[in-house]
Amino acid sequence: MTAQDTQLLEATIDELKHLFSPRAQTGETMVLNMGPQHPSTHGVLRLIVELDGEIIVNAVPDIGYLHTGIEKNMEAKTFTKALVMTDRLDYLNNMGNNLAYCLAVEKLMGVEVPERAQVIRVILAELQRIASHLVWLGTHANDLAVQSMLFYCVRDREYILNIFELIAGQRMMTSFMRPGGLWRDVPAGFEEAVRAFLDYLPARLDDYERLTKNNPIWLDRTKGIGVIDGPTALAMGLTGGSLRGSGVNWDIRKAMPYSGYEQYQFDVPLGSAGDVYDRYWVRMLELRQSLRLVDQALAKLKRLGPGPVITADRKVAPPPRAEIGVSMEALIHHFKFWTEGFPAPAGEVYVATESPRGELGVFLRGNGGPKPHRVHFRTPSFINLQSTSLMSKDHYIADVVAIVGSIDIVLGDVDR
Amino acid sequence: MGLEQKLGNLGVVTTTLEQAVNWGRTGSMWPMLFGLACCAIEMISTIGAPQNDLSRFGMELMRASPRQSDLMIVAGRVTRKMAPVLRRLYDQMPDPKWVVAMGDCASCGGIFNNYAIVQGVDEVVPVDVYVAGCPPRPEALIHGLLTLHAKVKQEKLVKWA
Ligand code: SF4
Repeated sequence: MTAQDTQLLEATIDELKHLFSPRAQTGETMVLNMGPQHPSTHGVLRLIVELDGEIIVNAVPDIGYLHTGIEKNMEAKTFTKALVMTDRLDYLNNMGNNLAYCLAVEKLMGVEVPERAQVIRVILAELQRIASHLVWLGTHANDLAVQSMLFYCVRDREYILNIFELIAGQRMMTSFMRPGGLWRDVPAGFEEAVRAFLDYLPARLDDYERLTKNNPIWLDRTKGIGVIDGPTALAMGLTGGSLRGSGVNWDIRKAMPYSGYEQYQFDVPLGSAGDVYDRYWVRMLELRQSLRLVDQALAKLKRLGPGPVITADRKVAPPPRAEIGVSMEALIHHFKFWTEGFPAPAGEVYVATESPRGELGVFLRGNGGPKPHRVHFRTPSFINLQSTSLMSKDHYIADVVAIVGSIDIVLGDVDR
Repeated sequence: MGLEQKLGNLGVVTTTLEQAVNWGRTGSMWPMLFGLACCAIEMISTIGAPQNDLSRFGMELMRASPRQSDLMIVAGRVTRKMAPVLRRLYDQMPDPKWVVAMGDCASCGGIFNNYAIVQGVDEVVPVDVYVAGCPPRPEALIHGLLTLHAKVKQEKLVKWA
């Protein structure tokens, strides 16, 4: 390390001094570093914890270890090409990010999405929510010493990834949703694959509930830990399962429906105590609601029958492959579409969606050119993370992992 | 009725010290429990999911402490803020140690050619095997690890000194 680096470090410690109580300066309390490489911080989160014995006086998250510059990078790409960046934001919710970004572009351009595409979008977004919740359950339980859960949950997630691979050829970064609709229609065998998964999962979920719900160790580690009441949770900007665990009925799919969510029957599970256990239980119930949604959407897809999956507006969608071979104009258009992109009107839009973690919002600003002037993501993990300090006050140090796990952060979503 | 006959019944295997040590090293290579970004999720799938099951290669035991691990799988994009931390973790690992750069980001910066991302982790630590893909599928990671095993099996005794 050079002398310059050392100076930098010292400056940072000075800047952080005001975050801790004066007792930390005299050595009465201890300041402890946790992360960025720590098995229970779910990535590269760093927590600076002030301890009085084993009791937490203050916990300050230090973020930025995964800052990727995605928002800035998107400004250098056309609207269609910027889509691939969104996959890599919140890497447990790839389809959901695609969806949020596509909705924003569609709102800016004022295009309609065909019904069939909307139904497939709902199926994929809900499957993604299940996959994300499974990873959350596996890692959260693993942190709280139910180690086998991780293996079970990762195994079940593989089935969803297989479905994604079937439709897009990629397991995680599919970029399957495009502004105006979908990249292409789902292949034959999609419905059977999803049905098979729908039949498979409920029995597994029963198993997982049996493993945790009434397990005395689990209850000891989660009940009454990290309590946050409804009004405080709202004031802190919590969204998603973490907010609903405190009993606030707020789900964007119900409150401001998008992609036709208003046509489906589903409940919004609510907790009451606002502790780690309630947040866990809300997510467990959400898994079943997502299954319900997928089931209804699949039935609807069958009713709809074949149809277009991308808008007919050729400004936003590339010409279909079949036309390129026979029409010179289509060929030119295809070339220009991918090299130059399409100009978007000047203006600003904001679109909010319900990601597995909470409100995922996309702010998009066009300036008449083919590239976004500014893209901003209101990511749920970033805003939810600030409640850690509040939740972990006066708890034991061992409870920090339970609290961080229960708000379900993804560091790619925090830092982008 | 000599000793050789008795030994013969027990089954004697002759080998060189070099081969025996290298065999031992590949047979229980413990990776560090450490993930950076999206690729880490595929790494979890590789290690945790029964469909892939890395314990077939004696590698399922992830160690959270760098002092107990032999292999660093750099799974994900390395940011400028993370790079010094990564180097420190590498320095804390005991010799012999190996590094696998998993994914395009760790290998060359991937799709992020910008101010925040280190353009390949080989700017910070020496890399033995690069695994391509964004993210690499579990099979690709396993292939990368087997390539590393093949490399380790060829290591020479003189080099250790
Ligand atoms: S290579 Fe792809 S999947 Fe891996 S960290 Fe980079 S962007 Fe994520």
